[in-house]
Amino acid sequence: MPLENIQKIVLVLSGKGGVGKSSITTQLALTLSLQGHSVGVLDIDLTGPSIPRFFGIERSKVRQAVGGFVPVTVHDAQALPSRPAGATTTGQQIGPLSCMSLGFLLASRSDAVIWRGPKKTAMVRQFLTDVIWPTLDYLLIDTPPGTSDEHISLLENLLKQTTSPDSPPNQLAGAVVVTTPQAISISDVKKELNFCKKTGIKVLGVVENMAGFVCPNCSECTNVFSKGGGHAMAIEFGVPFLGSVPIDPAFVQLIEEGTRPVYPKGTVISGRDVGGHEEMTDGATSGTTGELLVDKYRDCSLYPLFDAMISEVVEGIQGRD
Amino acid sequence: MAPSLEEPMQIDFDAPLKAAPKLVAPEPEHCPGPESQQAGKADSCAGCPNQAICASAPKGPDPDIPLITARLASVKHKILVLSGKGGVGKSTFSTMLSYAFAANPDSTIGLMDTDICGPSIPKMMGVEDETIHVTGSGWSPVWAECANGNLGVMSVQFMLPGKDDAVIWRGPKKNGLIKKFLMDVEWGELDYLVVDTPPGTSDEHLSVNSFLKASGVDGAVLVSTPQEVSLLDVRKEIDFCRKAGIRILGIVENMSGFVCPGCKHESQIFRPSTGGASRLAKDENIPFLGRVPLDPRIGMACDHGESFLDAYPDSPACTAIRGVVKRVAEEMGLDPNEVLPDEG
Repeated sequence: MPLENIQKIVLVLSGKGGVGKSSITTQLALTLSLQGHSVGVLDIDLTGPSIPRFFGIERSKVRQAVGGFVPVTVHDAQALPSRPAGATTTGQQIGPLSCMSLGFLLASRSDAVIWRGPKKTAMVRQFLTDVIWPTLDYLLIDTPPGTSDEHISLLENLLKQTTSPDSPPNQLAGAVVVTTPQAISISDVKKELNFCKKTGIKVLGVVENMAGFVCPNCSECTNVFSKGGGHAMAIEFGVPFLGSVPIDPAFVQLIEEGTRPVYPKGTVISGRDVGGHEEMTDGATSGTTGELLVDKYRDCSLYPLFDAMISEVVEGIQGRD
Repeated sequence: MAPSLEEPMQIDFDAPLKAAPKLVAPEPEHCPGPESQQAGKADSCAGCPNQAICASAPKGPDPDIPLITARLASVKHKILVLSGKGGVGKSTFSTMLSYAFAANPDSTIGLMDTDICGPSIPKMMGVEDETIHVTGSGWSPVWAECANGNLGVMSVQFMLPGKDDAVIWRGPKKNGLIKKFLMDVEWGELDYLVVDTPPGTSDEHLSVNSFLKASGVDGAVLVSTPQEVSLLDVRKEIDFCRKAGIRILGIVENMSGFVCPGCKHESQIFRPSTGGASRLAKDENIPFLGRVPLDPRIGMACDHGESFLDAYPDSPACTAIRGVVKRVAEEMGLDPNEVLPDEG
């Protein structure tokens, strides 16, 4: 059983592209790790893999061992250094994190993977059967947009593997569905919720991403992509609503350039003052490449949101066992 | 057994030009593709229940290709809108391009939505609740409400019993529908056919390319947002276009900069940390068509199914979009002022 080391499998789905599935997957994984769980991330977006970029491990390559692929390690289990000023998270014990993506197997990062359905199906199956995961509390599976080949194969394989008598109970825990607030996105994501209904996948909750942008100049929040659509949809379909995630340019910068998030004094996001404990120096940022992504993420304004979200999801999952 | 990736990453671009035979079982793991030259003859075909069918299937070009070419003979220009990445504004740009073309009352425009699993065009065009009318000579496109009534739309959305129904289809079924859109839809005399695509480089893209190859495509417009996560996927799409021999008309940078309505401060929400689309265009030696700023009203116009260009003609975003449309026309070798006459 290739997935026998894994306690819980969580899918991250969305009918719409570019709503932040990979971004949300990354943050869920980082937060789970910060809560001390061991986490794996499997990226089955074959024609547009983003996970390697998000974790800053684009140059890594997957090793082949007897029995399959060895996933790329992002960080091992360890105690993070306590943060100097205003530290609430001191000497935190974090769980290990590893990733698997087709991106690690490509010769060049700009190579297109031009595959039709059957080949994608075969690759998804290979990812589910031939990856040697370490012992994991959670495996997050990041998916491409839509409801087609990759999704059908993923579920066929998962349902077959997780319902066998020797797999842990409720191993396929369910799906987190990501949307943005505008109606165009909601209408595609409703299709994904119907897909979950049809295939019997439990929806753990809806996350509304890109809900509002706080102007770094005047701290006014603009609803760039409208607002409230995700919540309304969750109510309509009777599934939990996990929360709204605003656009945080500091998070984008953390991913793109690896700089530790710093906020100007007085910035308030979701009613919480995240204003800097260090003076904001224009352009200059305090992050160095030597620090772990997960360490720097603790300073991101989105971390408390995800911390609460993960606690809710984990409680929900454990409540069913 | 350790998995192997030694097999080629690419598939045969000419393969889908052959008719797909009817299979008795799903394609196996290393299937060369039932339409390919090696169908029924490859090593992996041994023992496959489809082998005999694939091997004996008529070889030669797909007999439907000439029908598609005949049907599209009266279409003057065909433009693909592509992006490796989802949610960067392909459909939004496709609708804008169509609306802009339609501003000239002498032009007739068709807009075809090949995103089968996530169709957005009908909602953006305000024709979400329409259904397809079937006549003796084929399916008629749905005519969108616009000033000149010269804009026809086709999408899978018009065929769904419920508007939230999921379309859970594998590749061959999606390809079949795209073929029908090209072969059975009565497009009539069109000046422009704009083809909106889903993200990625897979079935839909290969099919559109092979079905349209014989009748000729003017080129593809690539859409990206400024950040590297998006550009990374767009590079893959450029690679796809080159390998498939599709001409790239240029690249548009969408959601480029956001002006706070409160203080007019401009922020880069999606930071172009690697130089954005203009740098990519330069590196890859393709035309850069322009930047369209992020304006929340564009999203709102799309949600309500109205034309942003008509609703906010004086906004900076509108000016930017008109500029991009003119550049597209230029790249196609047309007179930009004829394609999109200046107002007033």
